[in-house]
Amino acid sequence: MTLSEQTKSLRTPLPWRQIKDRLAEKSFFLLSLVPILLVIAIIVALWLRTRPILEAKSITDLIFGQTWKPLKGEFGFYPFILGTFWVTTVAMLLAVPPSLLTAMYLAEYARSSTRSIMKPLLDLLAAIPSVVYGVWGLLAIVPWVEGHLKPFLTRWLGFIPLFSSENPTGYSILAGGIVLAVMVIPFIVAVTFEVMRTVPDGYREAALAVGATRWQTIKSAVIPQVLPGMIAGVVLGSSRALGETMAVLMVVGNVPMVPSSIFDPAYPLPALIANNYGEMLSIPLYDAALLGAAFMLLIIVLIFNVLSTLVLNRLTRRSMV
Amino acid sequence: MKKTHFHRRHIEESIVKTLMILSFIILAGSLGYILVTILIKGLPAMNLDMITKTPQGGFYLGKEGGILNAIIGSLYLAGGATLLAILVSLPLALYLGTYLRRTGWANIVRLAMDILWGIPSIVYGAFGFTIMLALGMRASLLAGILVLALLEFPIMTRAIEEVVRMVPRDLEQASYALGSTRLETALKVVTRQMLPGIVTAILLAFGRAIGDAASVLFVAGFSDHIPTSLFQPVASLPLAVFFQLGTPFPEVQARAYASALILTAIVLLISFGSRWLSNRLGRNIIK
Repeated sequence: MTLSEQTKSLRTPLPWRQIKDRLAEKSFFLLSLVPILLVIAIIVALWLRTRPILEAKSITDLIFGQTWKPLKGEFGFYPFILGTFWVTTVAMLLAVPPSLLTAMYLAEYARSSTRSIMKPLLDLLAAIPSVVYGVWGLLAIVPWVEGHLKPFLTRWLGFIPLFSSENPTGYSILAGGIVLAVMVIPFIVAVTFEVMRTVPDGYREAALAVGATRWQTIKSAVIPQVLPGMIAGVVLGSSRALGETMAVLMVVGNVPMVPSSIFDPAYPLPALIANNYGEMLSIPLYDAALLGAAFMLLIIVLIFNVLSTLVLNRLTRRSMV
Repeated sequence: MKKTHFHRRHIEESIVKTLMILSFIILAGSLGYILVTILIKGLPAMNLDMITKTPQGGFYLGKEGGILNAIIGSLYLAGGATLLAILVSLPLALYLGTYLRRTGWANIVRLAMDILWGIPSIVYGAFGFTIMLALGMRASLLAGILVLALLEFPIMTRAIEEVVRMVPRDLEQASYALGSTRLETALKVVTRQMLPGIVTAILLAFGRAIGDAASVLFVAGFSDHIPTSLFQPVASLPLAVFFQLGTPFPEVQARAYASALILTAIVLLISFGSRWLSNRLGRNIIK
């Protein structure tokens, strides 16, 4: 056997393994098209089904129209858009301060033993299904808002329109906001915690070495590095809050009106879809209107997600260098 | 002479620290409050019938029966969806983590995954329903499984890829140095190393699917019977809670709380189970 023959016989098992590798790469590539095609499919399908109503009504009528009477062919989304906006805003106002403080504590103060207790607690909070949050809201938050929070706030702050309402029940924007806040907190904490961990310890040590307190270190060395990431985390959290359906639906009252106070009931877009879709499909344009609501949600969430993901990706990539 | 400097910054420090601890106490308190509320309200209506019987005649008026249909239905739905999602997620995560890494294409795929991950479940439900109508399908177990799989696979892929990234680079390079291909490295080295992480990711996605109501609301239907084929409508726990709450009868509402308790118990069991499993499996890992 010559040398070249020898190498040939050594190489014979190789090609099949190499072919397998190439084949796997090709099929993996096809698989990686799935998420991209799926995003496109969802956008296109919802768009196609929304189009009839966009052809029948002007977009300003839809967005700023105040009356919602599907039977008469009136589809004004304004109360629902505002309802979504109010509930999400209240939730975020309540959720952001404790989330950031908890994330900072986890990332900067907590010892690893403390952390190993705190993290599972947050995971549990994130694992609770939204229907269970809804039941909790119904049993605990709605009566609390009705019996304590509302009388108290109306009494002392009632002169501000935001805190006075005719609504006799506790089913309100505030109740929805509180439940939603508890739901998104673990999420915002997780994202901001990850972001804060990307700051190299050298920065902290430098600040501590010149005599800064822990909080000064966070303020001057950590936060400036990760501010965009923290904002991205909050934006991601609010896009979660925007789309949350069941829990909010159960406590927010579902009255299609333009709210003027946090004690007013509201009717957010996801609740509108969940309550009506699949039922009255025989009414003309109704189905297109509801899918239009879904399309609107999708677009808002898409914009929020893409922007915050780009910011977060830049941050994590930089930290990996 | 020793002099203690007690500056404004120290006061600030203690205020901020107190606020941080307070926030965490509020969080932990909320978790406790939720669990206690569900437990106290759910226990009175809990009995063996709830988990061993399907709804009998007049169940929704307060007569006898249980929610076995919803428990089994939810397990079918989430189980089927998880199996389907694994088929896509595991290879995709391996591809992203070991083949593509940080190439441009990988970032596009990841962006698409992040978008999917953020889409609200009600939108998945609406999308699933339009597709169902277009295909002329009826609300069924199969449709529910498909929609839940859509919901699960971005969650699972992201979680698995996170684990792939944790695999030490040296380990992969050692495998390449021995002449193995990327496929062999991915399947025989990386997968083995990630096993605990994969289990956690799968259970995470399963837990998410079993608790999701908005996506199955239109596509899975609801039924008092345990389905015997993929084409029958199926009940699910979150919807059982929701529908029972919607009735005006206190007995049925009490059962809704008991159903919520069952759902919570299942989800917590999964959460603890995954922690325990990943610790146990973690022993076989090269650190």
